[in-house]
Amino acid sequence: MACFIVPAVEAVVTTIATKVVKSKETKSENLEISLDSKDTESVEASKKVPFSHKLGWLNNLLWGGSGLLAFEHLWHGEVVPWFPFLTAAGNPTDAAEMLHEMSTVGVGMAGLVTAVWLGMVAVSSAMEKKSDAMEEPSDDSLEEA
Amino acid sequence: MTLLTTVFAAIITTILWYKNAPKNEMKLGTLALMYWGASLMWMVDAIAEFIELKSAYFTPEPADMLNDLFLGLSVVALGLIIWLIILIIKDPKGVVRASFMKNKN
Repeated sequence: MACFIVPAVEAVVTTIATKVVKSKETKSENLEISLDSKDTESVEASKKVPFSHKLGWLNNLLWGGSGLLAFEHLWHGEVVPWFPFLTAAGNPTDAAEMLHEMSTVGVGMAGLVTAVWLGMVAVSSAMEKKSDAMEEPSDDSLEEA
Repeated sequence: MTLLTTVFAAIITTILWYKNAPKNEMKLGTLALMYWGASLMWMVDAIAEFIELKSAYFTPEPADMLNDLFLGLSVVALGLIIWLIILIIKDPKGVVRASFMKNKN
């Protein structure tokens, strides 16, 4: 009925969060470069996938999913281009059913997409840590040198 | 049927993205994530429908199946249109920009 609204609302929130995180990352990057341009840490940090980029994955999942689902609702005549835009919002019985669907299926959709994204972030972070560990020379090898 | 169509679109796009990785000139990752997002959401919808209909969920009427297939293909087409718009706006290869510059000269 209107289950796509829940992930769409989450998409709005995550898009705003992405913009905020990206501006903070840009500021900190500029600060690192201006403090010490020879600092190798800033170069190493660039090898990692920025968190704003990871949030971008969630944005694509949520916007893409809710956009295509909105089309399905349009196809079935559940969304109309005139007020109140949702046919179920026209009478109280259908509105109650719609709210129930939003709180069950809609929340489930948003939850599953977020869970999958968290899995992607966890795998990405684990791979970054693994590559960091492979690149960093051990204490023993330093002593030998 | 809509879920199946979208899942197949997501799998094919992911394979194409992997084949072209690490280059991301065609923004295939964005298209793949869009299809995966829709597939995950339709999967939740399918689970909710299965809980309601039980085994009847797997024996739909042929007319409903055809309508769902038609919807699924339309969804795939809409996804491709959205991706094309993103590709032209972001223009990662600079092709659109170059063609405009050429026309100006």
